[in-house]
Amino acid sequence: MDAEKNYLVGVFDDEDVLLSGVTSIRESGVKIHEVYSPFPVHGLDEVLGYKRSRLPIAAFLFGLTGTSLALTMQIWMLGYDWPMIIGGKNFVSLPPFIPVTFELTVLLSALGMVATFMIVSDLKPYRWPRQFDLRSTDDKHVMAIDLALNHGKSKSEITSILKAAGASEVNEKNFE
Amino acid sequence: MAHQVEVTEEHYVFKPSLKTKLYAILGIGALLLVLGLFLSKDPAEAEGAEHGGGHGGHSAKVEATHLVASAEEHAAASEGHHEAGAEHHETKYWIKRLYTTLWMNNVYFAGLGIIGLFFVAVQYAAQAGWSVGVQRIALAMGTWIPVAGLLMLALWFVTKHDIFHWTHAYLYQTGGAEFDAIINKKGPFFFWPLKGGSFPVFFIFRMVLFFGLWYWFFSKIRQNMISEDLEGGTSWWYKSRGLSAWFLVFFGASSSIAAWDWVMSIDTHWFSTMFGWYVFASWWVTGLAVITLIAAHLKSAGYLKIVNANHLHDLGKFVFAFSIFWTYIWFSQFLLIYYAHIPEETVYFVERMRNSPYSWIFYFNIIVNFVLPFLLFMTRDAKRHLSTLKLVCPIVIVGHWFDFFNMVTPGVMKHSGGIGFVEIGMFMVFAAVFLLVVLNSLTKLPLWGKNDPMLQESLHHHI
Repeated sequence: MDAEKNYLVGVFDDEDVLLSGVTSIRESGVKIHEVYSPFPVHGLDEVLGYKRSRLPIAAFLFGLTGTSLALTMQIWMLGYDWPMIIGGKNFVSLPPFIPVTFELTVLLSALGMVATFMIVSDLKPYRWPRQFDLRSTDDKHVMAIDLALNHGKSKSEITSILKAAGASEVNEKNFE
Repeated sequence: MAHQVEVTEEHYVFKPSLKTKLYAILGIGALLLVLGLFLSKDPAEAEGAEHGGGHGGHSAKVEATHLVASAEEHAAASEGHHEAGAEHHETKYWIKRLYTTLWMNNVYFAGLGIIGLFFVAVQYAAQAGWSVGVQRIALAMGTWIPVAGLLMLALWFVTKHDIFHWTHAYLYQTGGAEFDAIINKKGPFFFWPLKGGSFPVFFIFRMVLFFGLWYWFFSKIRQNMISEDLEGGTSWWYKSRGLSAWFLVFFGASSSIAAWDWVMSIDTHWFSTMFGWYVFASWWVTGLAVITLIAAHLKSAGYLKIVNANHLHDLGKFVFAFSIFWTYIWFSQFLLIYYAHIPEETVYFVERMRNSPYSWIFYFNIIVNFVLPFLLFMTRDAKRHLSTLKLVCPIVIVGHWFDFFNMVTPGVMKHSGGIGFVEIGMFMVFAAVFLLVVLNSLTKLPLWGKNDPMLQESLHHHI
């Protein structure tokens, strides 16, 4: 058993207890690795101290790429590479280009966001997700505490902090 | 519930200082209006000399005028068909301009009233919980419906020949000098069951029916809210939900037909199958901006404690999303007509894009109603702060006034329309009266329903 990969897992039954528990645990100096929950708990991000996602910035940049790609492609194709008269309009006329530009903007920003999200959250094929407690997909909120991040405190000390914060049980978990 | 939040009831007080401000706007608007009417000179008279001189450069413009749906009168006048009867009298320029701006503003503000009710109905039908704090603001806007209805009916009888070319009887006289085959075919839509050119029974019937039923739905839902305030329980909410669903079905048809009747029929030859949705989109986003703006002002005045940044965020998202929706409808209508290149359809846009008093408004419309709200409301924080809401919502409200201006005015005033003291003054008068009516109505009920079954959900709303 490798001490570096030791986790303590606190199980919470109620989301209100969890929310106040997270605050008191963080105040006591214990660093929380992650909280798993069967449904979105409003306000959990804030008490965990998570920063705002920068995904919208990525979406904007991917969208901008899509816009410029679509416009460049259409202007080059219909204006220079293979000019065609359609409905008596100019070779390069903006209005008919807008639908394609819009679609490519949406497509690239959507695909780009999915890719960014997967890279950032370390999701890839053959990467088996680590389950701290299967009940986190059913009716329990599960808090994982990485002992490697909490060198100053002993297992029993953290366990009592978790219990005091309202955890109904505290288990140990190893991944190997 | 695990954690019931207790809140105290709120009542809006219409402060005399605010009333004075609105009366001041009303007064300044009326002054500008009168001043503008005195100052207005008919540009067509000056242009008439040029027409006679036969300027070569003008021929394209004149040709375009010939194609305009309702330009027949103008064209006929310049060709010397003046013998068509007593109906063909020339109204004075300033009267025509006054009628146009009256009609345009009334259609615009009538839409805001109906959208107030529509907003309430959508919240009920969608079983939305977040909107409890702003629902009564929207409901108060519905008070404008009967005012707009009576005004519109009266205005129609006063202005009909000046605004609606199709009201002229000579267009329907088969074999007559000014018989118009296209308008004659559309005759039954206005005049059924009577003959074309007589009294437009069907048209007036629709106007009365729409305003009547809208008002009926409004009073029913309002009555349910009052009962809910007094008695509590969920039964009033369920009753309102049922009513709202029926209202939405009726609104789906009536808003579209109203747009054809009151706006599109001005350019009688031209038609667009998307026009009903286009007008609806314009009304809807403006109405949302008005609701948001009133909510923001109430909030800064210390009211609406149950409305927090999360609710403002939702309102901001609504305005943001429907600015894009309006642009989508605008562009779809434009692109199909642009691409099909059928002269009698294209002329509608040519008149607005290329001709002197309107072309800047045409492009300005896209900038204020799409580019600015899109960029200013893009970030999350922008939608959560009162300051940005108070900046963007007026832009959208004024922007869509320009949108309605460009729908109505070119069809009536031809090349002699424009925006001056008359139009600005009239907008101020309408806006002041509208706000006086709406804010006065807001004092009659509590600012939000203390017995609303969705209240707790709204208090816990978090996004």
